[in-house]
Amino acid sequence: MQFMLLFSRQGKLRLQKWYVPQADKEKKKITRELVQTVLARKPKMCSFLEWRDLKVVYKRYASLYFCCAIEDQDNELITLEIIHRYVELLDKYFGSVCELDIIFNFEKAYFILDEFLLGGEAQETSKKNVLKAIEQADLLQESETTFASSCVKLIL
Amino acid sequence: MPAPIRLRELIRTIRTARTQAEEREMIQKECAAIRSSFREEDNTYRCRNVAKLLYMHMLGYPAHFGQLECLKLIASQKFTDKRIGYLGAMLLLDERQDVHLLMTNCIKNDLNHSTQYVQGLALCTLGCMGSSEMCRDLAGEVEKLLKTSNSYLRKKAALCAVHVIRKVPELMEMFLPATKNLLSEKNHGVLHTSVVLLTEMCERSPDMLSHFRKVWLLVPQLVRILKNLIMSGYSPEHDVSGISDPFLQVRILRLLRILGRSDDDSSEAMNDILAQVATNTETSKNVGNAILYETVLTIMDIKSESGLRVLAINILGRFLLNNDKNIRYVALTSLLKTVQTDHNAVQRHRSTIVDCLKDLDVSIKRRAMELSFALVNGNNIRGMMKELLYFLDSCDPEFKADCASGVFLAAEKYAPSKRWHIDTIMRVLTTAGSYVRDDSVPNLIQLITNSVEMHAYTVQRLYKALLDDISQQPLVQVSSWCIGEYGDLLVSGQCEEEEPIQVTEDEVLDVLEGLLLSNLSTPVTRGYSLLGEILNRIKKVVSVYGSSIDVELQQRAVEYNALFKKYDHMRPALLERMPIMEKTASNGPTEIVQTNGETEPSVPDTKHPPLVTQPANQANDLLDLLGGNDVVPVIQTTLPTKPASAGGELLDLLGDLSLSGGPAPAPVPSVPVSQPPFLLDGLSSQPLFTDIAAVIPPMTAYNKNGLKIEFTFERANPNPNIAVITIHATNTTEADMTEFVFQAAVPKTFQLQLLSPSSNIVPALNQGSITQIIRVLNPQKQQLRMRVKLTYTHKGLPVQDLAEVNNFPPQSWQ
Repeated sequence: MQFMLLFSRQGKLRLQKWYVPQADKEKKKITRELVQTVLARKPKMCSFLEWRDLKVVYKRYASLYFCCAIEDQDNELITLEIIHRYVELLDKYFGSVCELDIIFNFEKAYFILDEFLLGGEAQETSKKNVLKAIEQADLLQESETTFASSCVKLIL
Repeated sequence: MPAPIRLRELIRTIRTARTQAEEREMIQKECAAIRSSFREEDNTYRCRNVAKLLYMHMLGYPAHFGQLECLKLIASQKFTDKRIGYLGAMLLLDERQDVHLLMTNCIKNDLNHSTQYVQGLALCTLGCMGSSEMCRDLAGEVEKLLKTSNSYLRKKAALCAVHVIRKVPELMEMFLPATKNLLSEKNHGVLHTSVVLLTEMCERSPDMLSHFRKVWLLVPQLVRILKNLIMSGYSPEHDVSGISDPFLQVRILRLLRILGRSDDDSSEAMNDILAQVATNTETSKNVGNAILYETVLTIMDIKSESGLRVLAINILGRFLLNNDKNIRYVALTSLLKTVQTDHNAVQRHRSTIVDCLKDLDVSIKRRAMELSFALVNGNNIRGMMKELLYFLDSCDPEFKADCASGVFLAAEKYAPSKRWHIDTIMRVLTTAGSYVRDDSVPNLIQLITNSVEMHAYTVQRLYKALLDDISQQPLVQVSSWCIGEYGDLLVSGQCEEEEPIQVTEDEVLDVLEGLLLSNLSTPVTRGYSLLGEILNRIKKVVSVYGSSIDVELQQRAVEYNALFKKYDHMRPALLERMPIMEKTASNGPTEIVQTNGETEPSVPDTKHPPLVTQPANQANDLLDLLGGNDVVPVIQTTLPTKPASAGGELLDLLGDLSLSGGPAPAPVPSVPVSQPPFLLDGLSSQPLFTDIAAVIPPMTAYNKNGLKIEFTFERANPNPNIAVITIHATNTTEADMTEFVFQAAVPKTFQLQLLSPSSNIVPALNQGSITQIIRVLNPQKQQLRMRVKLTYTHKGLPVQDLAEVNNFPPQSWQ
């Protein structure tokens, strides 16, 4: 996978994960163009499109578009499954996840993604294990702050 | 200093902004606060501030002043800090940033941290965006972690290694020993990432690939793992809609593909498992189809037995009928890949594929179109073309050009009859004319001239089409050319059209003003030959263009004017039909052979001898024969063919010499005529009547055994360095000289171009002659000399002769 973008129906970016180095300007350009292209698609169209020299796989969940750019040799159908798995993870973590959860807890969305994918590939195929790891890491974070002064309960 | 506003608070506040300006103001205010907080080196709230900065960065605002702060967070002891610090690094500190390398030490330390989650963070960051230098520095640490028994770290290390290898391929070797034991793990995460790592290694190094095949015996191992996955019972941890760990299955299938490619033994070893997966996988959900898709790709790519291949194609066929668009799309893509190798099998699904042309989805339509063209053959051409033409009518503009080209190609290859071919092309021109490629016009013209019996029919249809609609340029071009050529057929067929013809040509002339020259000249010239009455009209129009801005139009107009005035008597001869064009390679640059129909009246046979494309050998022989070093071989062709690669000795002379002006589609006017040379030149690119004609005296170049060859000269005006020589070969003996070939070679400083001869028979007793034009480029104005070689058959015996020609008059080369 080269990159993954999450954006709303209004085109607002909610998450961007880049697995290949790009200049900031280029990232903005790519994002803008791709978002436009995907938003222009009609609902009945298929989830795949050829864009520049990449294959793009996208799926809409409620008000959020999940969009991945994959390489030529990658399997489009399994990428759909990867997207779905990520949504399931978010759902399990946040409990019936909605766009607002991702807006207000974007850093957590990133943490979960980074436990699921690494360098663009899946590192863990078991849902349970991913969630367990996140849980443990959260606990670690919690334990640090509880030892700190009580008026700084929530560090973030 | 009050505690900085909390992250969620900030997000809430920013979201209340009603305008972009309001949002910008809030952001600026907060950024200022964050900046001063950074300046104060506040450890407690650094984490919070960076998090806020990351949020603002996602909204599109600059956040570079937070880069160093991320580094500080990473270096902190607190896990919370590290978590946000590494996240910030991944978002803000890609390898293009200067401070990127400063992370290396921190990452190194964290890779050896006591807490696995910290190690995990470090591995993740390195694996996502580590630069080559970083990878080089830290590869050793990664390799160490690859050998740990902690599967949580092992799987991350494996993917990190993949990234390292991508950045620094030379480091691949060092990971080899550690990779060996990875596949014996039970943990699916480790298995999955190991397969990814092995795949990366195989793709990058053929040596590794064969090492894995032969030494590690990787294929049986993978087959076993895959088998276990399929056969094992329900495993809740890895189950997706009834399938056990589809992600791992797909990756294994992909690795098998690479291992089995062009290797019989490996392919054999995986045959069974592939068949098993192909037949037993549940297809009701996307998951199952994803696995089937990968299986099909693997089967088609390895050396599988034919039964398996048929199975694969049938799976794709079933996919085509699936309700799910995505599946159909994927099927079409795969079929496109396999249509070359398994043509017959794919043909069975032709009707389904053609139905996909009507799909609403753009991507599916495109795939279906490409596949349809690949499937066209002699048997199904009529049916397929009907569908494709219908598609052309209704498809989006982005498809039209490709579709039109495809239709032309297919029609050319498989047309069942000339009439059908012409009809098809006309249909394309009328419906999608403006999208066709430029070279289709000359191709069509060539096709039309070749189908002699269709001339009347064609010109009528074109004329009618022109009446309907003159907006499609290619159609107009072809039509006007044909009307020019075959106008007499048009008129004689329906006399009542005399009047309309006049009108049409006027209209056509107006429209054509901006078009290519070929369109203007032909109707004018040819139209003239039809009816005397229109002469005045045409003269008027032509003189208008005599002062046209376009230089070419002007030139042609002047030439034609002169033609009308001074050479009236020659007009009928000159304006005869163009001879049938030699068919040339349809893929090359447009190569129209003949000119504006100046056939040689004395040679009724208008088919030109096949001297048009000489094989490279002949020119080489000439070189050998003429003893080589100081002579330059000659290409005896009028075609701007691609230079033959025979030792690179043949020169593409035509590239240098300026031929008749105009873009490629314009006919090349350079056929020899037995009229006085200056007239010939006048109808080529050189302007007429500039009275240099009679200056250079003619000469006899060769006179032996009854064969006499005379040279007459003309200077090519736009380029004074080019001398145009017309040779006239005559025969005083009582027998014809047949298969006559004239070849010439000149010294290196010259360049020579030999155009097609008028024929290859020199009639006996001076009853006629062969003429041929030679163009010599003489930039250094050296004395012209030439070696000629003549071959012919006389009284049944082959004759060959070589001669030097040195008696060129000085004016011919000065």
